[in-house]
Amino acid sequence: MAIPTTINAAGREVPLEVNGKPVIPFKGVGKHKPFGNKYGPPIPSCSDFPDDGNKVVPTLEEALLRCGIRDGMTISTHHHLRDGDLISNRIFELASVMGVKDLVWFPSASFPCNDPVIRYLEDGTINRIEGSMNGPLGRFVSEGKMKGTAVLRSHGGRVQAIQDGDVKIDIAVLAAPSADAFGNARGTGGKSACGVLGYAKADSMYADKVIVVTDNLVDLPCFPAEIEGNYVDYVVVVDRIGIPEKIVSGTTQITKSPDRLLIAELTASFLEKSGILKDGVTMQAGAGGTSLAIAVFVHGILKSKGWKSKFGFGGSTKYMVEMLEQGQMGYILDAQAFDLDAVLSVSRNPNHIPYPVFNAYNYHSKGNLTTMMDIMILGATEVDLNFNGNVVTHSDGYLLHGIGGWQNCLHARNVILPLPLFRDRIPVIVDEVTTLCGPGELIDVIITERGIAINPRRTDLIESVRNSGLPLRTIKELKDEAERICGRPAKPVFDDKIVAAIKWVDGTVIDVVRKLKQ
Amino acid sequence: MNNRLAVSGNSGPKVRSDCQMELELTDDGGIVFDLKSKVMLLYGESIKNQCLEILEFYGIRNAILKITDSGALPFVISARIEAAVKQLVDSDKEFLPEIHEDNKYPSKRDRFRFSRLYVPGNTPSMMINAGLHSADGIILDLEDSVAPEKKDEARILVRNALRQICFYGAERMVRINQGERGLKDLEYVIPHYVNLILIPKCESKEEVKRVESKINELRNLYHIDNEVYLMPIIESAAGVEMSFEIARSSDMIVAIAIGLEDLTADLGVTRTKEGSETLYARMRIVNAAKAAGIQPIDSVFSDIGDMEALRLNVLSSKSLGFEGMGCIHPRQVPVVRQGFAPGPEEIEKSRKIVLAYDEARRNGLGVVALGTKMIDQPVVARAQRTVDLAVSLGLMPGDWKNDVPIETE
Repeated sequence: MAIPTTINAAGREVPLEVNGKPVIPFKGVGKHKPFGNKYGPPIPSCSDFPDDGNKVVPTLEEALLRCGIRDGMTISTHHHLRDGDLISNRIFELASVMGVKDLVWFPSASFPCNDPVIRYLEDGTINRIEGSMNGPLGRFVSEGKMKGTAVLRSHGGRVQAIQDGDVKIDIAVLAAPSADAFGNARGTGGKSACGVLGYAKADSMYADKVIVVTDNLVDLPCFPAEIEGNYVDYVVVVDRIGIPEKIVSGTTQITKSPDRLLIAELTASFLEKSGILKDGVTMQAGAGGTSLAIAVFVHGILKSKGWKSKFGFGGSTKYMVEMLEQGQMGYILDAQAFDLDAVLSVSRNPNHIPYPVFNAYNYHSKGNLTTMMDIMILGATEVDLNFNGNVVTHSDGYLLHGIGGWQNCLHARNVILPLPLFRDRIPVIVDEVTTLCGPGELIDVIITERGIAINPRRTDLIESVRNSGLPLRTIKELKDEAERICGRPAKPVFDDKIVAAIKWVDGTVIDVVRKLKQ
Repeated sequence: MNNRLAVSGNSGPKVRSDCQMELELTDDGGIVFDLKSKVMLLYGESIKNQCLEILEFYGIRNAILKITDSGALPFVISARIEAAVKQLVDSDKEFLPEIHEDNKYPSKRDRFRFSRLYVPGNTPSMMINAGLHSADGIILDLEDSVAPEKKDEARILVRNALRQICFYGAERMVRINQGERGLKDLEYVIPHYVNLILIPKCESKEEVKRVESKINELRNLYHIDNEVYLMPIIESAAGVEMSFEIARSSDMIVAIAIGLEDLTADLGVTRTKEGSETLYARMRIVNAAKAAGIQPIDSVFSDIGDMEALRLNVLSSKSLGFEGMGCIHPRQVPVVRQGFAPGPEEIEKSRKIVLAYDEARRNGLGVVALGTKMIDQPVVARAQRTVDLAVSLGLMPGDWKNDVPIETE
């Protein structure tokens, strides 16, 4: 019964198979060279589709039945409706009523609104989730209650898995704020507008069957289409695909915490003094309160110096839109719009360009955007003395987050993690990360309220700020200070049972999460 | 004491880095824990062990201890349990957490006191990072920011904070309560490397004298070498009239502050942004302080959302002669510091005067001249102070004399 394991190149014990399928252990950054051809979906024929282009079927249930839903299939969804998603849960509710078992849910991310799927994990409708696990869902998996083993991938890793044929999607159910009867769909317009639909592109192209679900059926053509009707089997019209106020936050808020603002200020100051921030810089920052504050401080610096960022890569927010509109940013390339200002900007500003993760993040492509970024601001739940990062589990061992684009973004020129030294009482810098998600060789700078630690590999950066007056520390000094303040935390105790596999961007297994001992 | 049940600390959805203890003495059954913690898995055992050690220290062997913990640091946990115990047991014993070696630094009489950040004395979450915002001083406040029923537990928390929290070189200050309670407060802070005591609502030199003699008594008792300084706060019309007498009532006094909220209430006027209603009081305080050779310090500015109004307020304060101001939010600190710091023109002028003075000394001249202007000694002294200030604020390099070519005309 015991699954054979091995020690991978990162020193982690990982299995040689997951969910009965062989997997490749992590070999090191850039070491795994894939071979063979990309996966291709079955060849369809126009003769099977209506000449008038009308693919509308009355209900989601009927669409699923026509797609031939049956036990063991893989169903994919996207997360552009974020915490307002009304479609994903509905699929499994229907499947449960139909008595379908052992489905694999393959979302691009899950949100607290998806907690009801726990019921369908319990009743056997869903075997496992291959995607992100937050909150109660993470707890459920960490306690070993999910039948199959979860597989966590980055956004780029998800595209890689689809294209390389690691995951074969049987049915993609793609919620769309606007769509026409042929299946052309986009993220703008209608009452559930989310801006862009970048995460759904690979699903639409590679799934065996594609269902578009919309609450805003428009006349053909629904252009510019992010999902093209030629890939779509059925269109379903429903009252609501989402809860608008939970799809986009009306406004994303800059942190008010003086301590987080201090970290943001220190980060902007580091970017300036190290020379990373310069005319023509390319950058990405997230939508967290601290990242937004950094964007505002960076905007101020660009303005005062008369500099302009060549382009920014979204998740876009109001603060990035302000840079675009005030002339400090040339373009926004955007995989997702986080707030209303960003959604509006996508639909009216030609320099705010939808740019799917498909093109930006996949490691198995002929180069991608991430390596061209000068500034990459990221978070982490833990970082260790070797600069390894963890984003999926907390220090208590519970799965609580997805990987998102984090692993993909690590390939940027300067990866900077602004982090509080401790959260509540829990130190963020530890001896060894609970779960390894990103190798330390890709993480360059940790910025805390109590000092900045630069990865010793980045001698150039260390040199650039030597006489800057910035509070430079070693990562060991930061860790010791955190432990002096908080006390040394106990370690979670794990069972042998593997509850989740963490994939690296090339599809190899970098680490696993084990069941917590009760 | 007949109480069997005590409650200390805080809990609730918005409370962070704190804990609430409900301690009930029992006759048998040992110590029974009911622990709810945000950090259960990582620190549950450590919290229990810490509580057991302290209960043991106070000789408590049978009790039910209910703890609701929102990530309290060890110094908070021990303060909360000590506070609960002391509601039930008559004891003078103090359970002192280890003092952090870096917290033992002395202060200096004439250090800058541009910005001093008020931190409520019973709110641990605001204490932990207070030292990170580059304020010249951190005031752990036992007076107005602490609810009357929380005054006793705040003392213990402030004591533990003085021992365990690093303020990274900021002057370590405590604002005590008025009267007898204030004198008792001193017992909890003087032995723990406090640098300066603020005396609130001060109206007479006798109040200062009482505080001074209590501090001296405690310093002797605990063999404390570090100086402890005083900053009386004038917050009433009577206090304003007595300000000069107060200012020179003790050698420990290094500054005198004005508190405008209480003063305007006492005067029966509304406090305005321009502050013309307190112009007399503020000028009088400045004059009294300068006459006594100490620093005059301005009141806090209460609108934490309006940084521009704060900036203007600082400039007008500086123009009256004040040398510092209180802050009630960390984001006010940089605005206040920048406002009191010398501007570029002032620095440049002072730099030239100091260089001219050096030049005159080198040439054995008794008279300093800059261009065609003769420079008096007090002007040189002030220029030197400005330059020192600019260096300490990082506005010019410490070795600036080597950096700049000396003008030889």
